[in-house]
Amino acid sequence: MVQASVQQAGQVKARDAAIGISIALAGSGGSGVMTAGTLLLDAAAKAGLYGLMVRTSGPQIRGGEAAALVRLARVPIDSLDDGFDLLLAIDWQNVNRFADEIPLTAASLMIGDPDEGEPPEVFKASGARYVALPFKKTAKAIAGSWTNMVALGVAGSLAGIPAAALEAALSDSWKRGDEALQANLAALRAGIESAAGIDGMPKLAAGAAAAAKRWQISGNEAAGYGAIRGGIRFVAAYPITPATELLEWMAPALVKVGGTLLQAEDELASVNMAIGASYGGVPSLTATAGPGLALMAEGIGLAVTAEVPIVVVDVMRGGPSTGIPAKSEQSDLSFAVSGLHGDAPRLVVAPTSIADCIAATQWAVHLAEALQSPVIVLSDQFMGQSRAIIDRPDDAGYVAARLTAAADTPDYKRYRNTGSGVSPMAIPGTKGVVYTADGLEHTEAGIPSSQSRDHATQLDKRERKLAQHDYGRYWADIEGEGDAAVITFGSTTAAVREAVARARALGVDVRLIALRLLAPAQPAALAAALEAVARVLVVEQNHGGQLYRYLRSMYDLPGKPASFHRPGPLPLRPGELTTAIVEWAGTGPLGGISV
Amino acid sequence: MNAPTLPAPLTFSAYKSAYKPIWCPGCGDYSVLSSVTKALAKVQVPPHEVVVVSGIGCSSRIPAYTTCYGFHGVHGRALAAGTGLKVARPDLTVVVAGGDGDGYSIGGNHFLHACRRNVDLTYLVMDNHVYGMTKGQASPTTEPDWDNKLSPGGTGVRSFHPLVIALASGANFVARAFAGDPNGTADIIAQAIRHPGFSFVEILSPCVTFRPEQKEWKKLAHPSPVAPTDDAARAARRIMTDDGFNIGVLYAGDRPVYRSSTGKAKLTPADLEAEFLL
Repeated sequence: MVQASVQQAGQVKARDAAIGISIALAGSGGSGVMTAGTLLLDAAAKAGLYGLMVRTSGPQIRGGEAAALVRLARVPIDSLDDGFDLLLAIDWQNVNRFADEIPLTAASLMIGDPDEGEPPEVFKASGARYVALPFKKTAKAIAGSWTNMVALGVAGSLAGIPAAALEAALSDSWKRGDEALQANLAALRAGIESAAGIDGMPKLAAGAAAAAKRWQISGNEAAGYGAIRGGIRFVAAYPITPATELLEWMAPALVKVGGTLLQAEDELASVNMAIGASYGGVPSLTATAGPGLALMAEGIGLAVTAEVPIVVVDVMRGGPSTGIPAKSEQSDLSFAVSGLHGDAPRLVVAPTSIADCIAATQWAVHLAEALQSPVIVLSDQFMGQSRAIIDRPDDAGYVAARLTAAADTPDYKRYRNTGSGVSPMAIPGTKGVVYTADGLEHTEAGIPSSQSRDHATQLDKRERKLAQHDYGRYWADIEGEGDAAVITFGSTTAAVREAVARARALGVDVRLIALRLLAPAQPAALAAALEAVARVLVVEQNHGGQLYRYLRSMYDLPGKPASFHRPGPLPLRPGELTTAIVEWAGTGPLGGISV
Repeated sequence: MNAPTLPAPLTFSAYKSAYKPIWCPGCGDYSVLSSVTKALAKVQVPPHEVVVVSGIGCSSRIPAYTTCYGFHGVHGRALAAGTGLKVARPDLTVVVAGGDGDGYSIGGNHFLHACRRNVDLTYLVMDNHVYGMTKGQASPTTEPDWDNKLSPGGTGVRSFHPLVIALASGANFVARAFAGDPNGTADIIAQAIRHPGFSFVEILSPCVTFRPEQKEWKKLAHPSPVAPTDDAARAARRIMTDDGFNIGVLYAGDRPVYRSSTGKAKLTPADLEAEFLL
């Protein structure tokens, strides 16, 4: 099934405003394709369009092959399409390694610099049309200009983006001298001119105005910003791909809002630093990827038992072990929902889009503080490192509001067994309510205890406070009608949403349920969402069907639940998902796809 | 006009909680607890503005035996928790305490980096050269020939020199104390708390249960014959050549203290939107 799915990825469906156009800018590291891609996104935004830019690169830190995978559309976009309309290569150095990530068809166009050689066979085999344009020579003829700006002119022009928008994108982002800007504007125009004779590329009509109110943001920046909106003022950081940019964005941002980011010596330290800071009353966060999350597990258990709120953002990458560090996979789900020793209730939240990284992380801060509990936020490399044009998101309003103990509270007990399970937390510096936070099981007063009744009381309390909380409507995105439902989470949501829309166009109505709150499980809420649904298909990007297995263990699902799962690093594509959904929905109540 | 009435000074008993320690009779840690309370009384910081942070081990039980705020975390990570706390809450007095296994073995990496980071906190290690809570295994400071069940005939591994490591890693205050001299230890801890930056106090605290021979330490411990130095090279030479029972402040430096940006907001979160706006 896996191979077949990849083959289907090449199918390009009938084009409409939502599907937009897809452009891959590739070249060796240092050729400037990421800069060109970002400017293309900026220019598209100035033309009233939305867009997504996914970064992909080889394993080298510098100098390896790199590609900016850009999709532009007239509606907000969070997933890549099945294939690419244009592959523009500044050079072909190792670009063949991206063959699976940049599917082409006979309808696609390839543009390369003839001085850099011919396109690799693997791309030619698609039947895509090849046009040679001498980017380097063109740039060389304009003193002080860069090759990637010629490429930007070509790609932007072929996409139908007005020259004025391209020029404005370049000028607005320019941080060097005016002479160099003029040279590169000339290179951009030369690129636009050299594309004039090339036909066959679909063009996008300019979008609606209001571009001024839009943002360009990556999922990592969005999660960092959501964290600060929620009230995070302390971050402990240990660098790890692909979470580093989240931490790097937060470092100066926290200083501006009166917080601190501290670089830790390892992830064992970073999670315990966050716990220490939060014990001091300051909402705290750390961000990592799978290997770091594994190291943090003991600390997260401490946060459960000592009831200290923390947020841990896991920007998932291919695992296990070092795995595939710079590429995406949704394979830390099982670990996040169940990977702590002891009976350790915790919250797991997954954003469903790049824009949602803001609100979902903000919500995570709110939940951590309200429930005095660790919250794991499952982002991933795909949404973390991709940049999108989004509408300015309203502040979701989720804030850190911790129940604290007033000074000199009579008979204060830190771990009092309250009805809600949440007990007032004394913050150091507050007189008359001193206590010791403890990872040892304890009495209500916080005194270490190995007695069964204290253990049972505190286990019940910690479970109850999460189970009884009203998570509201934001726990999942529930869209559409139909007696069949597709359940997914995280960055895969966008591709599923697109597939559901395509299936609908083909006459197959299915419901989409994207779970934002993965733990604790919400059986009543899901049962309501599945009302009149006869069967479900679970879609996720991992090898083991982790969400499928989790849902089957925690929920009563109707019919014979089916699973569509494929490991990273290739993204799940709307086309293959459309095929899967249509086939599954058309095969009767039991479904046609097995685990 | 009357002179303002000053509150009565806090005595050591104001820092001692009602809980009876779960330590063996004769344990050196009783004496260290007493020294900690006396030191806090010397510094006169109110108990609710002090946090005692620890990891796991016999000595790591100390937070609840004080009337200060306590944080009893996981094994080896006390310095990490204390560092996060102090950076987020620079107004608090943070004392991190624990044993040799917690601090030098499982927490060894945090010890190195706490020394070099130089956050303004005090680290007390009650060193008895043994894992007591797990009933007698070799720790990093155990002599290589000490016979025990886990390492029959001894580990054969050279013991760790915490004071040299602390000095080499950049600790701003390095002292050795002996539990058998509670007043002297209280004085050293008070100096450590007052000294800016990371202050490290290695406290020889006998384990009479698993290392009964440590009862002899009281005969070996002696005050340092010379005053503390701010010259790290000189301190290193002294520490590396002394007999291991030289008690006192051995190094007091003036390295720059870690600066936290906590609390000085210049912008609101909404102001940060500007960088995303197209």
